[in-house]
Amino acid sequence: MTTEVGSETEVKKEPEKAEEQPAEPEPPATNQTDEVKAVEAAEQSNESPALATDSAEAKENQEAAQPADNATGPEGEEPPASPPASEKKGISRFLPPWLKKQKSQSAVGPKESQVTPKEEGGVVLVKEEGEKAEQAEAEQTSSTTAAEPQVDEEQVNGEAEPEQKEEVNSEEPAENHSTGSAETQPAKEEKASEKSQEKSAAEEEKKETEKGGEEKKDQEENLKPEGGRYFIKSPLKLTKKVKMVMCHVTILDGSQFPCEVEKRAKGQYLFFKVCEALNLLEKDYFGLSYKDNADQTCWLDPTKEIKRQICNTSWQLAFNVKFYPPDPAQLTEDITRYLLCLQLRQDIASGRLPCSFVTHSLLGSYSLQAELGDHDPDEQRLDYISDFQFAPSQTKEMEEKVVELHKTHRGMTPAQADTQFLENAKKLSMYGVDLHHAKDSEGVDIMLGVCANGLLIYKDRLRINRFAWPKILKISYKRSNFYIKIRPGETEQFESTVGFKLPNHRSAKRVWKVCVENHTFFRLMTPEAPTKAKFLTLGSKFRYSGRTQAQTRQASTLIDRPAPYFERTSSKRISRSLDGAPVINVIDAQDSAPTSVGNGREPCLELSSDSSKSGKLRVQGENIYVRHSNLMLEDLDKTQEDVLKHQASTSELKRSFMEATPETRPSQWEKRLTASPATSLRLQAQGRSPPPTTQEPLPDLTVDTVSKPPVVKTEMVTISDTFAAQKTEITTKEVPIVHTETKTITYEAAQLDGSGDGEPGILMTAQTITSESLCTTTTTHITKTLKGGLSETRIEKRIVITGDSDIDHDQALAQAIKEAKEQHPDMSVTRVVVHKETELADEGED
Amino acid sequence: MAGVMADFGNFTHAVVRAIPSSLAKEALRMNVSDVDLEKARREHEVYVGVLKQKLGLEVIELPADESLPDCVFVEDAAVVCGDTALITRPGAESRRKETAAIRQTLKELGLNIVDMSDETATLDGGDVLFTGREFFVGLSKRTNQRGAEILADAFKDYAVSTVPVTDGLHLKSFCSMGGPGLIVIGSSEPAQKALKIMQQMSDHRYDKLTVPDDIAANTIYMNLPGKGHVLLHCTPEEFPESAKVFEKLKDHMLMPVSNMEKVKVDGALTCCSVLINMKAKV
Repeated sequence: MTTEVGSETEVKKEPEKAEEQPAEPEPPATNQTDEVKAVEAAEQSNESPALATDSAEAKENQEAAQPADNATGPEGEEPPASPPASEKKGISRFLPPWLKKQKSQSAVGPKESQVTPKEEGGVVLVKEEGEKAEQAEAEQTSSTTAAEPQVDEEQVNGEAEPEQKEEVNSEEPAENHSTGSAETQPAKEEKASEKSQEKSAAEEEKKETEKGGEEKKDQEENLKPEGGRYFIKSPLKLTKKVKMVMCHVTILDGSQFPCEVEKRAKGQYLFFKVCEALNLLEKDYFGLSYKDNADQTCWLDPTKEIKRQICNTSWQLAFNVKFYPPDPAQLTEDITRYLLCLQLRQDIASGRLPCSFVTHSLLGSYSLQAELGDHDPDEQRLDYISDFQFAPSQTKEMEEKVVELHKTHRGMTPAQADTQFLENAKKLSMYGVDLHHAKDSEGVDIMLGVCANGLLIYKDRLRINRFAWPKILKISYKRSNFYIKIRPGETEQFESTVGFKLPNHRSAKRVWKVCVENHTFFRLMTPEAPTKAKFLTLGSKFRYSGRTQAQTRQASTLIDRPAPYFERTSSKRISRSLDGAPVINVIDAQDSAPTSVGNGREPCLELSSDSSKSGKLRVQGENIYVRHSNLMLEDLDKTQEDVLKHQASTSELKRSFMEATPETRPSQWEKRLTASPATSLRLQAQGRSPPPTTQEPLPDLTVDTVSKPPVVKTEMVTISDTFAAQKTEITTKEVPIVHTETKTITYEAAQLDGSGDGEPGILMTAQTITSESLCTTTTTHITKTLKGGLSETRIEKRIVITGDSDIDHDQALAQAIKEAKEQHPDMSVTRVVVHKETELADEGED
Repeated sequence: MAGVMADFGNFTHAVVRAIPSSLAKEALRMNVSDVDLEKARREHEVYVGVLKQKLGLEVIELPADESLPDCVFVEDAAVVCGDTALITRPGAESRRKETAAIRQTLKELGLNIVDMSDETATLDGGDVLFTGREFFVGLSKRTNQRGAEILADAFKDYAVSTVPVTDGLHLKSFCSMGGPGLIVIGSSEPAQKALKIMQQMSDHRYDKLTVPDDIAANTIYMNLPGKGHVLLHCTPEEFPESAKVFEKLKDHMLMPVSNMEKVKVDGALTCCSVLINMKAKV
């Protein structure tokens, strides 16, 4: 569903296609915002469901569709299917989700308040993308009055708004709508008949998802009578009946989260419900899993209906960590870390994450500290401790060790204990490795381990091979075989393909999917990456629809709610539901708007561009094609130049997450930024030099700005290359240096108070231009937005300079600022971010 | 409290063993050569002296056993990491009994002893390269897959990758750690090939320091309180070119240690001691 939301950008570009679009479950991620990518977008749009109609129509559709989306993934701060692609370019990406929501609400009008909790990227998107102010306004009005689609939840609650004239159904939601409304409470028999109806209807609907709300309404009307029920429908009200199913989700603390969902709800709907109940914002690392008929654990595809995935009658799922963050310290919230800890405790207790005795004890002691606080010599007897499970099989000796270590953690807060736990757990070799049984070409039993860095091959406990993502050109599966095509080494002429035999077709596909997801999540990082960097084409309908790690990190920096309170449940002892979680139904959901998910609509916008991701991921057949690019160069066998390129890519990758570093304090920044009518120039200078370097702030560089107070104070980072000379010689040309030191300095111009938290404005255009020379990559984002009648152009320029230690950063930065000023004399520089990464040689570490 | 994988190179104790007279004639060697026993003993004394006096380690010196000509090469008998000691099953039949004395000593030190009881497994400590983050185990004439598996089982926290060793005796016959994340590697083709495999297998990136002579790539790195990075390496007399390379390591306290005689029976620097960090014991 979400698809529709995402495709908006394209909408403008290729209106005609809209109706032809087959409604695929694919996520809109594919959509390209950038003009640069326009062509591509066009192509994609053909594939992606949601494409569009012309702006006006599109808007209606979008609005219609969006609410529909809400039905499935209501309160996600981020729209389920990652519509973000296009929206992210907008200012809104700088807005914390809740902020946006508020804004959008106010903009749209009072009605929204009711709808709020459910609103996702939809309405806002529309506004943001609106091409013209008038349009936007028109839209607003229309949305408030006629066009505003009903939110499913409302309908379910029987609270349909009087103002709502059109009932928009898109895909599944159609059914949903009918569900709860008082009048329409369906009888059982009716349901049965309806069900078949729905099926066919659903398919139709799918195809017509993009069509105007009117059409859908018609459909719906038709549908209902056929279903054997008659009712008088006012144009304002829509009543439907929906089959509800009770899902049981096992939360990480072992408790059950019962949740009633519409039978045709998509995975993300349930997922967002769970996240909401958990008060979890950084949800991209998580997923819902279920057991298939063969008792294999599978990930619930958020973009697909739950019922099409879960075969068994009881909808029993589990909430789990899907992508283990390689550096949990970079997670923004303690609650996220806590959940990760719970998952790891499970992994450890079940033996999935093997540890030594010492590590079991150490991790166990941190768990105790987190759960129980300081060791209390009076109270804690060993029998108490044995209620915890620290290891698959734990001995008295281990328990004693745990207690002994626990004593040493005195004074540590639960959050600190969790952090320590994670700092140790993340180093374990099997941390985040998803193992799958397979056989090699000779029939030998092996394990395939999919992880953040690539594919690991194990025989028994030994790692016998490893294929980093950059080494892999293509992954595919055929019947029960899973193949990877390997990039040829420097001396080799041809690519080689390695095949693995999986137990059956399903498991082959499962491995393939997990690879696709992990590759996308961990490897495809920066939305700003040059388009040419697209190196993936994939083929089955499946692909990863969420945010990448880079995006989620970026989004996380915008979280600025006070740390949510959450209750810890001891590892195994207590089994109770979180927050006394009641059966969540729609009403609950609606009431519970504020923090977690309330952010509704624009969340997706926060991410700059999924487009880059989508650019990289193209579906075609069941293969992923990874094209050669510098980004993918592995560093074995390299010339100096290659190393440089490699480093460039590395820094590129690293840069993305550096933005999440605490020092940056982007959230404040971005917030103000958004509001400011001024243009922001974002300069990023990166340099690297091999050995330990020192960074000294240099004299400030002040850029006088044309308007307002925007004065940019720039602090320079210099690299002293004292050691560089000698080190470089030693550290050879072939091996890139491992350790990096990074530093990010952010300066912002003072912002106008008045516009502080103003409306997001309407996005008029957005484009990204990338140019590359030998050691610099410049990415320029230009977004034009319309706000309160004023048009604002914001240019964000990102310059990545890669090179040896002799880069003169001051000069580079000064030059960049100078250029920016020359090019845009009428604009002011509002922000400068200097991010420096320095490679450290063999200086201490661990 | 040492966390997982902390303190790489930080050692407090060393176990060494004296040279038996039988070494000169009976110790295994890949190339025929005559060993000057007295010279070898003097060499070993200096080696032990460096560990003890210069570096301040607590050195436990085991007496030689004449029935075990190779017993001075204690490294092959045990792999110690953290508070766990894996007692190996050396690949050379004649060396199997060497483990007994080592085992006893390590047990007395309070380490958790893991035995390699599988009769099909063989492992020489010289084939085990611990980088601080993971293990590489050379599959050589002396070490087989099963031995590596048992090692992986003993040290569950770490990734254990296997590296074929086609040339030379052990994996560490041409490489060693020169610092955290720094692999010292010989320049021979087999050495370079092995390095590439290690790089490919690893999630971590390593710097490398290439030295012209393979055997000179066998060094002992320590990170000692008050001394910082310490590197025991070949002398300029043995390998002038390689020694020059080490001299470029400005951050290290460099300690050339002669190994001219022991090398004739394939003993490298690391072979002659088992290093232990008792502080790592949790």
